[in-house]
Amino acid sequence: MSVRHALLALLTEGPKYGLQLRQEFESRTGEVWPLNVGQVYLTLQRLERDELIESGGGDRDGPQKSFRITAAGADELATWLRTPPDLASPPRDELVIKVLVALRLPGVDVPGLLQAHRRHVVQLMQRYTHMKAEAAADDLSLSLVADAELFRLESVVRWLDAAEVRLSRRPADDTATRNTEAQPAPIPLEAQA
Amino acid sequence: MNAAVELRQVSRVYGTGASQVHALREVDVSVDVGELVAVMGPSGSGKSTLLTIAGSLEDPSSGEVLVCGSALATMSHDDRAGLRRRTIGYVFQDFNLLVGLTAVENVALPLELDGLGVRAARTVGLAALEELGLAAQAGRYPDELSGGERQRVAIARAVVGDRRLVLADEPTGALDSVNGEAVMRLLRAACKRGVAGMVVTHDAQLASWADRIVFLRDGRVVDQTTRPAGPESLLTEGANQ
Repeated sequence: MSVRHALLALLTEGPKYGLQLRQEFESRTGEVWPLNVGQVYLTLQRLERDELIESGGGDRDGPQKSFRITAAGADELATWLRTPPDLASPPRDELVIKVLVALRLPGVDVPGLLQAHRRHVVQLMQRYTHMKAEAAADDLSLSLVADAELFRLESVVRWLDAAEVRLSRRPADDTATRNTEAQPAPIPLEAQA
Repeated sequence: MNAAVELRQVSRVYGTGASQVHALREVDVSVDVGELVAVMGPSGSGKSTLLTIAGSLEDPSSGEVLVCGSALATMSHDDRAGLRRRTIGYVFQDFNLLVGLTAVENVALPLELDGLGVRAARTVGLAALEELGLAAQAGRYPDELSGGERQRVAIARAVVGDRRLVLADEPTGALDSVNGEAVMRLLRAACKRGVAGMVVTHDAQLASWADRIVFLRDGRVVDQTTRPAGPESLLTEGANQ
């Protein structure tokens, strides 16, 4: 998520103070992505250094210092909005790596491991869904942010489901080869998750 | 005991000998009044069998099923039919509305079958439709309704009267995500009013509407979630990252 561009977008509405930007950012993203004050001011400093915003009024670095977007900042924002995010390079997904490692380790209950991760992800989905359910019906920002997280997490569950099916269909010899070299006690499910 | 439905050590076996299939194996599941429970599992895991047994549409091979404290095995055929009409509501993926009846007639039908007069049943049915925002559609036939509206009518039929337990089999399977969400909001609201709900699904987003999720694999309960932490926990975690 680009805090830098989100702050630029908020400044298109007019000059704002740092604390005000933080508050508006959180309220418009359904308060799902909290920002700390230091992060806001550090980002504002960098934007000012890059001449994408300018400051005016109030103490030099105090909370009353207000910021406004420059023409260069508006151009940067417009370019960013039109630029597709980089989805082409696959991220180094920690869960995928864990499962690949588990497949190579003797004594790991891989289906149990998949289920432990599935439970964790589904519980997280429950929390987002319940947050959406309890929110005001017209809170569009929160619904969109929660939906985005829910679709992302759902894809993780679907990957775990597919992994389980593939695992169940792998040749028996494959299993034997991997697990006959050493047979330590199975790793407890909770420790695997 | 606050369980609206309770399955104790329920097994279901189809066929005999070499062709024997164990659809359920010693399953223990219960749903409390006011609780929405999702049973999640892949195709063939036994979800639908579990639901039909919980709803008294099918008998287990072994084990015990209690609905509102009454053991189904000890009830007469007529008593069980009465229980299905009065106490249990069913929602299916393909809506199962009767095409020759209007929305309000579909909703009122179980009440009429239970002996309520036609006029009184339709008054109650209309109130149920109004509650789900479907008063304007009350006189329409199922083929004049959208998929989302049909499923909302099916939910109105499932909760109308004094239903204590609603059982749903992939209730949003034929709907887009936004209409599916509307259906789950209704089920959740019904549970908050004191109905117990059990939804079977393979869909994690649908299951995430539940208070508790039970995972079924090869006819066995292999895991379940606990009641989720409040949404504020997401904020706390996010702030710590």
